[in-house]
Amino acid sequence: MLSKKLLCLISAAVLGVSVSSPVASAQGDAAAGEKLWKKCKSCHAVGENPKKKSGPHLNDLIGRPAGSVEGFRYSKSMTAAGGDGLVWDAASLDAFLIKPKDFIKKTKMSFRGFKDEQDRADIIAYVSQFSEGSDVTANEDPQVAPEILALVGDPAYGNYLIGTCVTCHTPQVTADSLPSINGWPVDDLVTALHAYKNKHRENPVMQQIAGALSNEEIAALAAYLTTQ
Amino acid sequence: MKINRRAFIGTSVAGAAVMSAPMVKSAAHGMPKVIVIGGGAGGATAARYIAKDSGGNVDVTLIEPTRTYYTCFFSNLYIGGFRDLASIGHSYGDLAANHGVNVVHDWAVGVDRDAKTVSLAGGGSLPYDRLVISPGIDFVDGAVNGWSVASQNKMPHAYKAGSQTELLKAQLNAMPAGGVYAMVAPPNPFRCPPGPYERISMVAHHLKNNNPTAKIMIFDPKPKFSKMALFQDGWSRHYDGMIDWIGPDFGGKVDEVRPDSMEVVADGEAVKVDVCNVIPAMKAGRIADLAGLTNDKGWAEVEAHGMTSKVDSNIHVIGDSSQQGAMPKSGFSANSQAKVCANAVLAEVGGGTKFPAKYSNTCWSLIDTNDGIKVGASYDGTDDGIAKTSGFISKNGEDDATRKATYEESVGWYDAMTADMFS
Repeated sequence: MLSKKLLCLISAAVLGVSVSSPVASAQGDAAAGEKLWKKCKSCHAVGENPKKKSGPHLNDLIGRPAGSVEGFRYSKSMTAAGGDGLVWDAASLDAFLIKPKDFIKKTKMSFRGFKDEQDRADIIAYVSQFSEGSDVTANEDPQVAPEILALVGDPAYGNYLIGTCVTCHTPQVTADSLPSINGWPVDDLVTALHAYKNKHRENPVMQQIAGALSNEEIAALAAYLTTQ
Repeated sequence: MKINRRAFIGTSVAGAAVMSAPMVKSAAHGMPKVIVIGGGAGGATAARYIAKDSGGNVDVTLIEPTRTYYTCFFSNLYIGGFRDLASIGHSYGDLAANHGVNVVHDWAVGVDRDAKTVSLAGGGSLPYDRLVISPGIDFVDGAVNGWSVASQNKMPHAYKAGSQTELLKAQLNAMPAGGVYAMVAPPNPFRCPPGPYERISMVAHHLKNNNPTAKIMIFDPKPKFSKMALFQDGWSRHYDGMIDWIGPDFGGKVDEVRPDSMEVVADGEAVKVDVCNVIPAMKAGRIADLAGLTNDKGWAEVEAHGMTSKVDSNIHVIGDSSQQGAMPKSGFSANSQAKVCANAVLAEVGGGTKFPAKYSNTCWSLIDTNDGIKVGASYDGTDDGIAKTSGFISKNGEDDATRKATYEESVGWYDAMTADMFS
């Protein structure tokens, strides 16, 4: 179900009517936005070779239809909003960032939002820098063999094993948090763990942790996370 | 030693009919009772996981004397001025509210292993079916000639975080211009192997900015220490000429310290210093000793599949107090051991499945602003103790972005780790 505000924005965009939103008038400061970016960066990447995180990368965000980064698993509601014509620009981002779950019900994005109008303008200014002419493609993890992906794990074992993960990846996300594993599509998490295990991804802590997990144990983690 | 669940039922419950029940009910007290002594990285985590994963079917009591727990990890960052003290203080309210843990703020002063009771300083005793002991460390009496706990206000150890850390920070702030900060470093094994050297880095950071002509002397009885090459490289890059590390061949084993005259005597020569941070040799927390669980070296030996005491199969010892094999004594290790222990305890008293013991540890250290380093490893439980399976360590010559990312990773870990203990 799309919110009224969103429908209004979409129809305005489709009809080519300029959206005169009072909030879009603030002048954004990209440098100030960079400081706010730490609230976003545990889930989103920007810049060259953006890492896969629990949220989509935000390169070329301006002008991009909602829910359109290839290979990223959005919520149904986000994909539907894109299908209905929502395109990210300063005005739609501003409306979304006040309180994301108000704007797109059931978005996977758990961030509460920026209440302050200037903060929204600043973060949009920062992210916009990564939108023009930057030709960056996502750093793809190698495919995991289908027989490994097909392993069915024991969720109770996964509940035990995830104790190791949450020592660093807390479900209680703060500005300083390491990337959250909550809300990350389970298949992507499995692919990422195998990428660390096989040393395609670089972080030495994760290489060591994932390296100590068998294929069955990764499947157990996936089975547990699927129940969450 | 592996505990047989049926044997446990046999001794604690009369009647074979109960044996088929998934949940072991202790006949004397209704729900199975687990007591955890010590509310740090090991004990708070164990209490939280046993309570959480039992789904309310195990009665968990946590005995911890302090109401606000200051983490030893990141207390050096307070000394360096990177954190305030409040940011490393945590309370136990959420363990009670969110998981039903019965938190008792008292000292455990005795364990009657036959009666299976723990006695409290405030009077009375509590019964248990399983006991988890995680009391951290105490200091070996007479380890440094001239020093005792009675002199810890003149020569603080600051190796149990809280008032001692504040005191050391105050003494550092009050050092005269060009003064001398001395550390008497501990022999192996001790809590947090990189800890003394991260502390030196943080002291040097403070002095560089506030008292640049001051000097630091480390009297070290060990020829090598954790992340030695990384620290020494960092010290020469950031604090060139300020830090003098004195190993055992050059008088690192001190003859004595003199708290009244603020002197350190090494190689027969007395050196006058302005701050003297004495970190004595360590042993298991006192309650492990009182319970009769320690060996002649002062540590409590455990097997590696569930951290069960080799002396008493009703008792688990985790964290710094345990002698388990290859893991360093660290908060991260204690937290990891607590989860294996919680799984074992629930399998013993709660009818849960016992999974293979897997452990991990990472220790981050800060050398200077945004210059973080780390060391870590994975471990398995084997019949011969905890054994290392793989590990890594930061390298000299890493670029600034990597070092900054390592520091930021440690900050994210701190929040997650303390949430994993206290939320």
